[in-house]
Amino acid sequence: MSPISRGFTGRRRPVADPGRVPPGQYVTDDFPVLSAGPTPHTPLDEWSFTINGAVEGPVSWRWEEFIALPAETITVDIHCVTKWSKLDTSWRGVSVDTLLADVETEADYLTASSDGGYTTNLALEDATDGRAWVAYEYGGEPLHPEHGGPARLLVPHLYFWKSAKWVRGLTLTPDDEPGFWETYGYHNRGDPWLEQRYQGD
Amino acid sequence: MARTALPGRLTWQLARVVELVDETARSKSIVLELPDWPGHSAGQHVDVRLTAEDGYQAQRSYSIASSPEDEHLVLTVERLEDGEVSPYLVDELRTGDEVELRGPIGGYFAWEASLGGPLLLIAGGSGIVPFRSMLRHWAAGERDTMARLVYSSRAIGEVIYREELMRLATEDGVELHITLTREWPDDWQGHRGRVGRTLLEEVAWPPAAHPLIYACGPSGFVEAVAEALVAAGHEPGRIRTERFGPTGT
Repeated sequence: MSPISRGFTGRRRPVADPGRVPPGQYVTDDFPVLSAGPTPHTPLDEWSFTINGAVEGPVSWRWEEFIALPAETITVDIHCVTKWSKLDTSWRGVSVDTLLADVETEADYLTASSDGGYTTNLALEDATDGRAWVAYEYGGEPLHPEHGGPARLLVPHLYFWKSAKWVRGLTLTPDDEPGFWETYGYHNRGDPWLEQRYQGD
Repeated sequence: MARTALPGRLTWQLARVVELVDETARSKSIVLELPDWPGHSAGQHVDVRLTAEDGYQAQRSYSIASSPEDEHLVLTVERLEDGEVSPYLVDELRTGDEVELRGPIGGYFAWEASLGGPLLLIAGGSGIVPFRSMLRHWAAGERDTMARLVYSSRAIGEVIYREELMRLATEDGVELHITLTREWPDDWQGHRGRVGRTLLEEVAWPPAAHPLIYACGPSGFVEAVAEALVAAGHEPGRIRTERFGPTGT
């Protein structure tokens, strides 16, 4: 039981559907930016997306090939470990299922890698079955570099650090290998509904 | 991106307010006593949790202003007018009150002597807070690397830790550059205007000196500073950023 903070009432914003806001989160209309380093600006003609690691043969797409893949429009709520949630965000991108359709693997995990050196790890079951995408449009516009453009991972059922910005590939791995923030004490899985913010939560 | 593991579980604990220090009209330092603080690295932050009488809770993150060597944990909080937690911490909290917190959190936006330098810290507004921790830590150590602070503030009255920064400059050898962006006294000897390419060419070490750079402040400030540094030829992997607030994009 938390003790009462004398004199604290809160400034609660009415939320249409409180059931959509995980514990410890607040809803914002804004779209805050968080990143560990400068925003990379990879030209599209130098961009590619690669799936490698524990696979029969690596696959890679150039930008034009990537955006020609079957795409989906996704409207989801997103939840950042820094406590903000944003409801009904609209994205367009390619589902990880589509990317893995022709990939033979026995791996159970993957590591997403980004321009700038960022990595994050996911169990394959958190990235497949219609739960993860590589998104290149936000709100009907090309994804802004500060928000991860040209393309970012979108894994809305986990805290948003798992949705790696500037993503350039997925490396499939037999073992779970902690990524960047996961090594710095953040939770390995990051389910916002279980409030898995940090190690041990 | 180099990494060091930070093991252990972060449990909520009750911190008692032992002192409140007015820093500026909008910001206060909260000096805390904790029963069981595991220690922290300079630059890390904590989560603070408040609970209303009906059980409603709100959590926010705040940078740690004290250095690992300090006796007490200190947070410096700036009041955001439409905020939920910061107005309470700045205006309502009293000495003797208790607040729940857990930490330390983070670890990439942190500095210790083994990371070397030269250390270039670039702050916008209340982005100065983690740098107070880093500079106190630097001053407490061997100082075998140079440290330079570039601090952008709207006006002289909004400069947090003004006297302490002057002391760090005159007594400890921190190279201090304050720039005022909105208004300045008639006799102002410091810099004027935003931190951009021109000011950085004047006050930052050149890329050839391989400075280790930390930038902290409002999102637009950090984006602009990081872009200017990369454009000037600084290695992106030597630039660590921490941002807060809205972006508008």
